[in-house]
Amino acid sequence: MANPVLEVRDLTVALPAGADRVNAVEKVSFTVNPGEIVCLVGESGSGKSVIAFTVMGLLAKALKPSSGEILLQGENVLAASEARLRELRCTRMSMIFQEPMTALNPVMTCGDQIDEVLRTHTKLDPAARKAKIIGILKRVQLPEPERIYASFPHQLSGGQRQRIMIAMALVLDPVLLIADEPTTALDVTTQAEILKLIAELQGSQGTGVLFITHDFGVVAEIAHRVAVLRWGELVEMGQTEQILSRPQQGYTRMLISSVPSIHPAHRGVRLDKATVLRTEKLGKTYAGKSFFQKARVVKAAVDVDLDIRRGETLGIVGESGSGKSTVARCIARLIDPTEGRVFLGDTEIATMSAGKLRPHRRRVQIVFQDPYRSMNPRITIGDSIIEGPMNFGLPRNEALARARKLMETVRLDPNSLDRYPHQFSGGQRQRICIARALAMEPELLIADEAVSALDVSVQKQVLELLDEIRQRLNLAVLFITHDLRVAAQICDYVAVMSKGRVVEYGSAEQVFGAPKDEYTKALFAAAPGRNWEFGKFATA
Amino acid sequence: MLDFIARRLVSIIPVLVVVALFVFFMLRLTPGDPAAVIAGDNATSDQIADIREKLGLNLPIWQQFGIWLGNMLQGNFGESFFFKKTVAELIAQRLEPTLALSVCTLILAVSTAVPLGVIAAYRQGSLLDRVVMGFSVLGFSMPSFVIGYCLIYVFAIELGWLPVQGYTRIGVDFWSFLERIILPSVTLGIIYVALIARITRASILEVLNEDYIRTARAKGLSNRVVLMRHALRNAAVPILTVIGVGIALLIGGAIVTESVFGLPGLGRLTVEAVLSRDFPTIQAVILLFSVVYVLINLLIDIGYTIFDPRIRY
Repeated sequence: MANPVLEVRDLTVALPAGADRVNAVEKVSFTVNPGEIVCLVGESGSGKSVIAFTVMGLLAKALKPSSGEILLQGENVLAASEARLRELRCTRMSMIFQEPMTALNPVMTCGDQIDEVLRTHTKLDPAARKAKIIGILKRVQLPEPERIYASFPHQLSGGQRQRIMIAMALVLDPVLLIADEPTTALDVTTQAEILKLIAELQGSQGTGVLFITHDFGVVAEIAHRVAVLRWGELVEMGQTEQILSRPQQGYTRMLISSVPSIHPAHRGVRLDKATVLRTEKLGKTYAGKSFFQKARVVKAAVDVDLDIRRGETLGIVGESGSGKSTVARCIARLIDPTEGRVFLGDTEIATMSAGKLRPHRRRVQIVFQDPYRSMNPRITIGDSIIEGPMNFGLPRNEALARARKLMETVRLDPNSLDRYPHQFSGGQRQRICIARALAMEPELLIADEAVSALDVSVQKQVLELLDEIRQRLNLAVLFITHDLRVAAQICDYVAVMSKGRVVEYGSAEQVFGAPKDEYTKALFAAAPGRNWEFGKFATA
Repeated sequence: MLDFIARRLVSIIPVLVVVALFVFFMLRLTPGDPAAVIAGDNATSDQIADIREKLGLNLPIWQQFGIWLGNMLQGNFGESFFFKKTVAELIAQRLEPTLALSVCTLILAVSTAVPLGVIAAYRQGSLLDRVVMGFSVLGFSMPSFVIGYCLIYVFAIELGWLPVQGYTRIGVDFWSFLERIILPSVTLGIIYVALIARITRASILEVLNEDYIRTARAKGLSNRVVLMRHALRNAAVPILTVIGVGIALLIGGAIVTESVFGLPGLGRLTVEAVLSRDFPTIQAVILLFSVVYVLINLLIDIGYTIFDPRIRY
């Protein structure tokens, strides 16, 4: 076998004093061979990104590699000078990042930003540079390279921006490409295209790829070998097939078992239950005002008909901009629908005045995506939970008693009500958000991407909790998600949305098992690792 | 874009109407009679009444306003009560020193403050950063007349490098003009250096945390290029905003500085006109300032589009 392009030996990176552990990365060793894709997998805080940044020499100043070696084609980059590192970047090792939206400079054209690489590292004349850039733009399959060259990042879509990043990283044919969650912020169909592109480009050039991800679906899709990390330590490493189907370590087994299956579980038949929520031709149109130009009209939701019965979960799945959150917000009347009707029980709330609506607010509650930002950091979680019920007239001591009970329901310590949000982890915060929503004793619980920000093992627990609560309280749940696997596991019924419209609507088994709509089929076909059934291992 | 500029220019009209109304009636409502000031201490009430009649001050207030507005629309700003000149002549005479002072101050302030802010941000926490920030607190806290007298004492009296006071027209003798404009500009500029340096530092620090700065470094660019090409331009919008507000405040600051250095500018004209209740002059000067203010805001808004392609009107 050829010499590895990257060899990490006993790498330890120290955290600043006072952190939750001594080292961000501890004695990690692995190699990346030419033409090979190695995935670093782990949950948040596992140190996977720290390793990537250490290789590039881009670590935050607070973090210091304290021992070990990183050999890039035999050259130890940890010992390299700042000037030498600058020479190596983009010529021998390149990096692409998670957020294509923010990773490009908004005030420079895309062409200029790639040109900067060539001006820094080569002596090519302007015409040759331009030709090379147009060439790489074609290679990353961007349409109309000339137009893209002159475009600013905000004029391109997320997928196109990530292609620009890839073009920038690969324009000088580096031997190593580091990809730090490059598809996490992208829609599933775009993700599939970008993954395919990366695999094609590295295959044709023999580039070694260090691919960082938390998503086992992506791992199954792209990796040759996998390294599993936890708390900065390498848990195990091996061929993809071997790690996914025969993991040796308990932690790896637990992680893989937590990945929701894309095949829906059998959820039983619908008994004739009471309808909690029904929408009729619900629509939301945003119209920009303008004196001189024609007004811009955006139809965020069109003719949405849904119904949710007691004790059932309806999932709305779709890509960003499909209108799924708009529908949820219209139903909760956080925004006012422009067309159609929303029945909460027998009450029509879509056109109700704000004053009349107030008593009905209690009946619909929402849990939002980001548990870090959806709680007021300056009030205790207890006060957050009881604020709603007290607002509706419950005496403080009764509200507190309810809060304590709910803390038990979401499996948190009832005695921690006087603590503040920052004292809890992400998963715990999301439980608190659920408790806060339940404190209102709602008839309908809306979960808007409520588990998307959580690590897979935590995600599994929160999903189980939500399902258990739904059963016990006979609650109607509207579950908004972009994650097909999650939808398959938690939903009784699924509505697939695209461009503001519901394109397919039926039971989860029916929609996932035999999709009829072309868009639904394309969406499912793009799900990473769809051909891989992640085993449910007994976790010790 | 042209559409935007046209709309903004049209919007100056209501602003001027409001300012005109406000200035006119506020002046009439304040105590103090211009006729009495003109007539002097020993005047009889008949003499004062005479002067009032000559100036048209005995007419009903609405009629006075109508006459003034009518004249204004014909481009006639009226005649000063005191200086025996038309207001237009008076302003034309006094415009140059103020304009020169403002432009020099601005060039001086921006050309020192922006580099200082950038360096302070880049070396955050270093001695240099602390010195710049310390200086900026000092610049904020010192009244400009104190700075002015200190500078005169050191550079004009002790060292004798520069003249103490006065003004030479730029067309008469450029070097003499330069010698006499330096100290006033530094005096007036210090507070802007403080302000702009602080804002530059803060917005650069914010930008340095952005993902695209990391991308730029991952490309192998040198720190200087990352800082100047990627960070500064993205930090430009807040800096420009502050410079715009600064220009507006400059007009107020010019009054004190012109008095300290004996510059015959608009600032001193305003003070003199207010003290002697010279209504036509005050009205015209204030209207002029508001036009300038609106125009500067427009320029700043256009400036945004140059620095940030995402801003389009």
